[in-house]
Amino acid sequence: MNLLRRLLLVPLLVWIVATLAFFLMRAAPGGPFDRERAPASKEVEAALKARYHLDESLGRQYLRFLAGLATGDLGPSFKYRHHSVNDILAQALPVSLTLGWLAFGTALGIGIPAGFLGAVYRGRWPDWGGSFLVLAGVCIPTFVLAPLLVLFFSLKLGWLPVALWGSLPQVLLPTFALGLYFAARVSRLLREGLSETLRAPFIMTARAKGLGEFQLLLRHALRPSLLPVISYCGPMLADLLTGSFVIERVFQIPGTGAFFVNSFFSRDYPMMVGLVIVYSALLLLLNLATDLAYRWLDPRVRHA
Amino acid sequence: MRPPAPSQSAPASRPGAFLRFARPLLALFATLLFGLIPSGCRPRPPADLVLHNGREPETIDPHILTGQADGRIGSALFEGLTRFDPVTGSAIAGLAESWSHSPDGKTYTFTLRTNAAWSTGQPITAEDVVWSCQRAVDPKTAADYASQYFYIENGEAICNGAETNLARLGVIATSPRTVRIQLTNPTPFILELLASRVFAVVPRAAIERYGDQWIRSPDLPCSGPYTLESWRVNDRIRLRANPHYWDAAHVRSKVVDVLAGDSPHTALNLYLAGDVDFIVDKDMFPSELAEALQARPDFHRYDYLGAYFVRFNCTRKPFTDPRVRRALALVVNRPRIVERITRMQERPASHLVPFGTGGYTPPAGLEPDLPLARQLLAEAGYPDGAGFPTVEYTFNAESKLHEHIAVELQSTFREALGIRIELRPLEWKTYLNNMSKLDYDMMRSSWIGDYNDPNTFLDLFLSNGGNNRTGWGDPEFDQLIHTANATLDRTRRYELLAQAEARLLHVGAPIVPLYSYVGFYALDTNRITGVHGNLVDEHPFSAIGRLPR
Repeated sequence: MNLLRRLLLVPLLVWIVATLAFFLMRAAPGGPFDRERAPASKEVEAALKARYHLDESLGRQYLRFLAGLATGDLGPSFKYRHHSVNDILAQALPVSLTLGWLAFGTALGIGIPAGFLGAVYRGRWPDWGGSFLVLAGVCIPTFVLAPLLVLFFSLKLGWLPVALWGSLPQVLLPTFALGLYFAARVSRLLREGLSETLRAPFIMTARAKGLGEFQLLLRHALRPSLLPVISYCGPMLADLLTGSFVIERVFQIPGTGAFFVNSFFSRDYPMMVGLVIVYSALLLLLNLATDLAYRWLDPRVRHA
Repeated sequence: MRPPAPSQSAPASRPGAFLRFARPLLALFATLLFGLIPSGCRPRPPADLVLHNGREPETIDPHILTGQADGRIGSALFEGLTRFDPVTGSAIAGLAESWSHSPDGKTYTFTLRTNAAWSTGQPITAEDVVWSCQRAVDPKTAADYASQYFYIENGEAICNGAETNLARLGVIATSPRTVRIQLTNPTPFILELLASRVFAVVPRAAIERYGDQWIRSPDLPCSGPYTLESWRVNDRIRLRANPHYWDAAHVRSKVVDVLAGDSPHTALNLYLAGDVDFIVDKDMFPSELAEALQARPDFHRYDYLGAYFVRFNCTRKPFTDPRVRRALALVVNRPRIVERITRMQERPASHLVPFGTGGYTPPAGLEPDLPLARQLLAEAGYPDGAGFPTVEYTFNAESKLHEHIAVELQSTFREALGIRIELRPLEWKTYLNNMSKLDYDMMRSSWIGDYNDPNTFLDLFLSNGGNNRTGWGDPEFDQLIHTANATLDRTRRYELLAQAEARLLHVGAPIVPLYSYVGFYALDTNRITGVHGNLVDEHPFSAIGRLPR
């Protein structure tokens, strides 16, 4: 029941966020059609505003926006004049989703083994090595890492394409560059969690019963230790799936990341609001999914 | 109340539970992971030429577009009576094969080519030309460049709503193959104007049928050398040669990929890796690497019609006093700005109109003269800067360059005149908004010429000019510009324009010009042919091609 209630809350929260975004965007100085060149005449300016209903009162514009939203139409992009927001999202979202999902896989694929080894070999060389990588992953920002990867793997060695999107090799560098930071976070969370679990009394009990080390670690210790990782997965996935401005810019990838930043600067109101809707819905749903995963993994939550 | 479940018993009580839950999750994860890759990746056959065009075009409707990147695509798809020469950038015959003009220079008659045709194979007629011009100037179309029609009879009246009958525009079909253009003044640069996008011939049927989305409609009829094959925002536009273009035989590359991206460093990487043949856009030059790249043989420098200058708000104290404006203009150290900050071999310019514009020789502006500057400032009531209010210098903050120039000007004014300037960096739209509302003291400004004639810079500062944005107006300046543009003799006309420019710079001084722009393009001339540096920065795609290896 609780779940159902939260699911029903999602549209309400998205609507509140979208409304805030709608009005905040319009509070910013300057408008979408302010340009260096003055309009040819007042009539030209008026015609432009009328075409996009910017001549109407804010209330009417808001109602128009809600009416569109009800039918799933996010309106025209004010900047990319031959495309609707739906058109652009249809083109850009699959790209960002693909990249984000792959980076998510990278983050877990690197982060979980690294954290696991770090905790098991705590204080020995696999831990030191892992910690060094984690520190590097967290500290080196993507806007430094990505160009370095391009310099080394693409320009020096010539193994991988420098940029663009469309073939498998083009996917590798951005995926790694985007995933590494998250891999580091995941590894750190798991290392701490697992280290703590290994000190818990039930582990001692299990050991005393004569359980094999492998079974002990994988079956008993790992599961409760994954909880912090799982709770981090929700926001991490939302972050990754909605596109990364830096990675998409460095690798010239046609995802949503660039629109997130640029549509504010170009005062592309519908585009910005559309993205906010997508992002907030994704975030809410993923948080819900995280809670579900919690139920699966932690009986304390399930029975609470 | 239930006692809390002891945490340690749960995992031990159901061994294998984790794997049981994890297995379907892992399977789902793997399916999504590998299932998604193909959806994002669609291989396509390689193009004959790959260009990096800079930013994603906002629109490629030739009448509505304003950006340079947009314009290059617009020109590839649609042509007008004239077009830009790939070598010199001056106007040459496009859809019109020939023209003549009346002795007073006010009536031009154009004859269309017999083989001028849409990409659908239909002939392009004089009616098409007339309808296109009427569409561009109609305020309902909301074309920013409709002001280019103000030189044509009734163009201005239609654009500002005083004349509602579009047929009264001075562009008339006198036969299926001849178009007469009636000008209000002998306009010496009319052929260059006609080559600009806002005069391109566009397909009436598609526009009337599809409205705003016409340019992405299926089987779009194009009048230029290319047709639009595909368009993915922020990725690329693919152009395919128009088989019915009148000069189809000379279109060098049949399939052209035009990449869009806003990172100069990525553009450079793509070029260095050989994925891009030619970086067309001058904004895609990473200015941090200016010195290293200029040394390379494949980076080519060219002058173009752009001016960097500072605007004074002449409606705000202390800049209401022309002596103050002149004093500040007299202390600017231009060579230092160009050598230390911009470092692209720009030419310092104390005049507004860039060197070489239409063969015009600009007059010298206010060159450095410290004693005179101090004297003017004292006369204005601020001896050694005493009592001078703190003023703001506004600039757009996207580029470090503007900030460095702002800091340089700040220290120059303080050291030379004892004036305190505060810096006010603004985000682009806020900056534009402040400029149009005259909400600034001093402001970084620039202008890119629309056509190769000094008028494109000078008419900015007409008293009623929409792009004046300084609050300055001078009837004598206005008169000189109007007289010049009604003069047929080029030498005499340029004399008058030079007088006007001198008056602008020396008497009014609403602006301080700093330098004229230069552009760089990256191109290996052993591999690619058909690109030539020119003042108008026009590089028609149809002329560009890979050389056989």
